[in-house]
Amino acid sequence: MATAHGGTSARTSQTKRPRRTRGTAATPSRTPAAAHDLDLLRQMLLIRRFEERCVELYSAAAIRGFVHLYIGEEAVAVGVHQALDERDAVVSTYREHGHALARRVPPEAVMAEMYGKATGCSHGRGGSMHLFDGDRRFYGGNAIVGGGLPLAAGLALADRMRGESRVTCCFFGDGAFAEGEFHETANLAALWGLPVLFVCENNLYAMGTALAREHAQTDLAMRAASYGMAAWAVDGMDVHAVEKAARGAVESIRAGNGPHFLEMRTYRFRAHSMYDPDRYRPKNEIEEWKRHDPVTGLADGMRAAGLLDDAALKALDQDVMEEIDRAVRAAEQAPEEAAEDLLLHVTGRPEEAPS
Amino acid sequence: MSTRTRPRAHPDDGTTTYREALREGLREALASDDRVFLMGEDVGRYGGCFGVSLGLLEEFGPDRIRDTPLSESAFVGAGIGAALAGMRPVVEIMTVNFSLLALDQILNNAATLRHMSGGQLGVPLVIRMTTGAGRQLAAQHSHSLEGWYAHIPGLRVLAPATVDDARHVLAAALADPDPVLLFEHGSLYNAAGMLDPAVHDVHLDRAAVRREGTDVTIVAYGGCVSKALEAAEAMAGEGISAEVVDLRTLRPLDDATIVGSVLRTHRAVVVDEGWRSGSLSAEIESRIYEQAFFDLDAPVERVCSAEVPIPYARRLEEAALPQPADIVAAAHRVVS
Repeated sequence: MATAHGGTSARTSQTKRPRRTRGTAATPSRTPAAAHDLDLLRQMLLIRRFEERCVELYSAAAIRGFVHLYIGEEAVAVGVHQALDERDAVVSTYREHGHALARRVPPEAVMAEMYGKATGCSHGRGGSMHLFDGDRRFYGGNAIVGGGLPLAAGLALADRMRGESRVTCCFFGDGAFAEGEFHETANLAALWGLPVLFVCENNLYAMGTALAREHAQTDLAMRAASYGMAAWAVDGMDVHAVEKAARGAVESIRAGNGPHFLEMRTYRFRAHSMYDPDRYRPKNEIEEWKRHDPVTGLADGMRAAGLLDDAALKALDQDVMEEIDRAVRAAEQAPEEAAEDLLLHVTGRPEEAPS
Repeated sequence: MSTRTRPRAHPDDGTTTYREALREGLREALASDDRVFLMGEDVGRYGGCFGVSLGLLEEFGPDRIRDTPLSESAFVGAGIGAALAGMRPVVEIMTVNFSLLALDQILNNAATLRHMSGGQLGVPLVIRMTTGAGRQLAAQHSHSLEGWYAHIPGLRVLAPATVDDARHVLAAALADPDPVLLFEHGSLYNAAGMLDPAVHDVHLDRAAVRREGTDVTIVAYGGCVSKALEAAEAMAGEGISAEVVDLRTLRPLDDATIVGSVLRTHRAVVVDEGWRSGSLSAEIESRIYEQAFFDLDAPVERVCSAEVPIPYARRLEEAALPQPADIVAAAHRVVS
């Protein structure tokens, strides 16, 4: 993977996959570590199966618009969220189904939004690219590449000014790293010591353009470090590596050490969006990356450690599929927003100002 | 910035400058609500590019009078994020020309988040910026683009024209749950007037009739209101009674006051420092036609900036901008 990403300096790399020692096969699910792994696997599976269902629903024209799939990148969202808690804020992109689900936005609310229904998490105004959940401090859902970065600095600034020990986590891609938004925000956040966790999902392609075709210097962690932030590159296909890096970064941010940057080296197995014929990637590159599938990777590791067998995996998958079935059924039966309500939520009433 | 104008010493005649009125509004907001803070280029140590925030750093400290890097998109976006998190940021952008670097944040985030989130997220942010020409600053410091912002649902766009409005507009803007853009015409900062002690607030939804008249309605806003009043004064000497409507709020437009005045005078001239093509003046003219067509005695006239990037040379700049004589000439055409 380091080769595929190219230009990786040893200082910023963490491409070794840690193999943690586990309990014995006789007591698999009873240890906290085993339960934790099972939870990670379930969350990643939920994202994977949710999006596979989205492909079917899109093909059936039940959902429309631009749909950007996260398949292959699940370890990043799930791993990073292990380090965050309810008080923290998350700012996301248009490839955010995985972030929203990892943030525990209910699959029913996400699926209903894909359907444009009234019960959707954005009441049908957002769709796939604009998922929001104010109660869970999930601030989108931003379809302008890099557009969420300054917001993250502002959310963190508010926390900083009020002395809150909260962290704002901002997801963005390698494409956004080329935008001025990243560099303006990195400078501001480092200058003011803001509690921001920058998570760059480097999946090697900005839409259809390869990293080396869009960046003069492809070592993104090194460039981020030039702003005076702690910055690391992480194997984004390994949920344990992601979790470990995110926990370290968040702990340091809460300790008052300012913004941190994690370059997650990952890959999307699908095209940029449902409209993309994906003619720009060599087939063997995709196949090579699929060998590092984060979901099967974790499952295989658990199997090897005796924490999982075929029956348990099947049961888990079944459970996830049923949850998605329920979400789809609920979305299909949910009411449409009334056309008379078209002009709602353009401006608010004075009492709607957040306190 | 080379274009800085020093705030003049407080005059002894009891008047207040527009700049001082804005500063008083800021001081009051900062003192009364600890969620309020001011952020922008040179607002702190420098005292504000146009001197509006002079002295506030000493009074409120660097946390709340916050100098920013030259990064319009980042600090406007940070203002949006802070507003989402419950603060009441006031962001200063040097001029509307530079606000284009933050246009993505203003349009795609500030104006849009409430709707895209189905009403979950509000952005109670105030953005102050200078607009307009008349100080020989050439094209990149002189344009009037507030009409573009008035096009955008989700924003409120204000253009205070008087010291009373300048004094009280910020409190009203901060009480709004949505993003408010406040356009301060650069030529107004040194303008002075008596503050009316009876005025305590600004109606954000209502235009103001600054001068009553019976023969023609002159609709203006911001830096053009004084020019409209000057034109009205000149016409009074010729026996033409002009009513001057100060829009005060460019979005939403107060149709009732505009059309109400035209229904009394049956004639209208719209003054707008923006370019005529696709301008706010076109929108106002259209609304007058839509709502008062059969009460008009003449086609509506418009006085706008010439369709040219605003030039540096004084003679050329004056020729490019709406002037009182142009307003008088337009009024003559509709009255004759």
